[in-house]
Amino acid sequence: MAEQLTGAQSLIRALEHAGVDTVFGIPGGAILPAYDPLFDSLQIRHILVRHEQGAGHAAEGYAAATGKVGVCMATSGPGATNLVTPIADAQMDSVPLVAVTGQVNSAAIGSDAFQEADIRGITMPITKHNYLVTDPSEIPAVIAEAFYVASTGRPGPVLVDIAKDALQAMTTFSYPTTVSRAGYRPPTKPHPKQIREAARLIVASRRPVLYVGGGVIRAQASAELRELAELTQIPVVTTLMARGAFPDSHPLHMGMPGMHGTVAAVGALQRSDLMIALGTRFDDRVTGKLATFAPDALVIHADIDPAEISKNRLADIPIVGDCRQVIRDLVVALAEEYGAGNRENRVAPWLATCAGWRGRYPLGYDTTPDSLAPQYVLERLGAIAGPDAIFASGVGQHQMWAAHFLGFEKPGKWLNSGGLGTMGYAVPAAMGAKVGQPDQVVWAVDGDGCFQMTNQELATCALNDIPIKVAVINNSSLGMVRQWQTLFYEGRYSNTDLHSTRIPDFVKLAEALGCVGLRCESAGEVDATIAKAMSINDAPVVVDFTVNPDAMVWPMVAAGTSNDAIQIARDLKPDFDEDEL
Amino acid sequence: MSIHTLSVLVENKPGVLARIASLFSRRGYNIDSLAVGPTEHPGVSRMTIVVNVEDKPHEQVTKQLNKLIEVLKIVELEASTAIERELILVKVRADASTRSQVLETVTLFRAKVVDVAIDTVTIEATGDRGKLEAMLRVLEPYGIRELVQSGMVAIGRGGRSITDRSLRPVPAPPSAS
Repeated sequence: MAEQLTGAQSLIRALEHAGVDTVFGIPGGAILPAYDPLFDSLQIRHILVRHEQGAGHAAEGYAAATGKVGVCMATSGPGATNLVTPIADAQMDSVPLVAVTGQVNSAAIGSDAFQEADIRGITMPITKHNYLVTDPSEIPAVIAEAFYVASTGRPGPVLVDIAKDALQAMTTFSYPTTVSRAGYRPPTKPHPKQIREAARLIVASRRPVLYVGGGVIRAQASAELRELAELTQIPVVTTLMARGAFPDSHPLHMGMPGMHGTVAAVGALQRSDLMIALGTRFDDRVTGKLATFAPDALVIHADIDPAEISKNRLADIPIVGDCRQVIRDLVVALAEEYGAGNRENRVAPWLATCAGWRGRYPLGYDTTPDSLAPQYVLERLGAIAGPDAIFASGVGQHQMWAAHFLGFEKPGKWLNSGGLGTMGYAVPAAMGAKVGQPDQVVWAVDGDGCFQMTNQELATCALNDIPIKVAVINNSSLGMVRQWQTLFYEGRYSNTDLHSTRIPDFVKLAEALGCVGLRCESAGEVDATIAKAMSINDAPVVVDFTVNPDAMVWPMVAAGTSNDAIQIARDLKPDFDEDEL
Repeated sequence: MSIHTLSVLVENKPGVLARIASLFSRRGYNIDSLAVGPTEHPGVSRMTIVVNVEDKPHEQVTKQLNKLIEVLKIVELEASTAIERELILVKVRADASTRSQVLETVTLFRAKVVDVAIDTVTIEATGDRGKLEAMLRVLEPYGIRELVQSGMVAIGRGGRSITDRSLRPVPAPPSAS
């Protein structure tokens, strides 16, 4: 006779079978039964966070840094609703995440019971899939399926809501050996005919560009991408989600495209005759005004999610498939084309044009003698921490500066909230990344606004031996909003001054949270301060970099305008037309 | 804008209707008509959804629906190659002086009377949209007291079945993490 155990024991055992080694969470009434067997698990380390949002972002950071599924756990009602932001974040950025929530007793569901929230209904539009379990015998199969769905195809968040009585009831345990759902068949191999068509277009193109998105990171296809780029000598642009997918130091790399993209990256897309879009979704922050985006370009669009293809921009050659397989197949098909003699050196002048833009319009910034330039801080931080350090960023000016100035040579080193733009992501995501990669240096790059949303997780870090480092780029304001107020609201700074050089005192706050607090106020102190922070490995470190509040993110394409209207500084446009194309 | 009739095969699980309705709402598509019921396969329900959208968003509707795990198959039915039917029940004012004229209309439209009261008759009619609208236009002058309509159901003409294939699950290893 099969072994009898509780639904809660069945849940923990199922999580163990799914390979879980870390869960971020907070217990509460409805999930309480699960925390009892979790206490005994030798395989699963539970990290008690200070806010469920922190658990969700930590699970995201863990997933992004390891490639495994991140797991978070919360109780019913407010515990579950506090997970909504990280779940939505994971949905937008395709992060594999399983969220387990307790639900009130099944008999009480629908009665507005204490701490009841319809979290399955709430998260329907922001999960890849979700479940409400009221029968304890279903727990192992649902958990197995949740991990399968979260990690295959286009990764995403899956929520499993389990009624308290299902956790308490006796059941038998049997972990399934296969998962099968007729309605879920993640695509695998790209269609060979589409690959051949794509290869022909690439061979025939004169101004092609590889438009690389986060899908290349998720598919772990960086090596393949490099092979493709070097074989074809096609310039590469990497979106915010794809920073690190291709080395910043590579001569074919034109940088990040989009609203705050480099002139070379934006110009390469705008003037291209062929966009090879890989694992990217033509986000409005990349395309600017869609009608004027890369007007002369044909589009090869490869994505594992068919719904992304031709969603915003019609694809001439749609390819559904995993990016790694797509790129491998493209390399083979192109080698065949070249082998058959179909290679004239058509691309070289175009590459020279793009490289010319990169040389003429490099990323830069102003320095003033009496204030610290935030870009300089990030430039030095990237240089000193090195290419193996993992960076998790918040959202805003500091995020854009980090994307531009840290410098990325390897994939999986840049974690940020791209699609949802979640302020407060950095500290908990860095915590999760450090748990997943304890031997790597992990920095959170945060703004003073973002930092005040989730810094309580530093207590979690201090107590659980998770020595992350935090660079607070403190411009004492909601900097990106302030920048828009400068540019579009006549400098009327409505509610963007946070006064964070006075309150709170970030050094004292760090110390109160069990961390080392450092402050840096001038360019001369930057290297020594970063070196000091790098030397401390037995506690989390917070560095308050007090920077110039008037620094702005450039280049910039104003929202809703054409990428052709890119400005490299206020009212200053690059001159693309010096070049004959 | 154009009208599209989608036949959507779904797993008959709790919450599936909410999931589909939520998707239409979230993506900003309007449902003109919706009918749901069981099929010849246990555990599989069939929804007939009529949407009025531009052509490009329509392709998005189908792709987004396909991403829902409980959605097994989507087939768009063309009016020319499918049979489309709606059911209406309509309570029409009909006293001794008008009843015979109302009953004549019922006969002309091959509808039937399912209930009679002193001053009303209740008529059941099935047909495509055009026929039912024509009948309601003729009945309107007598006075419509109450009207209820089903969503449209539709099935393709000919011997082929959309439920034959694509309903078999594909086994996979439980965890890829």
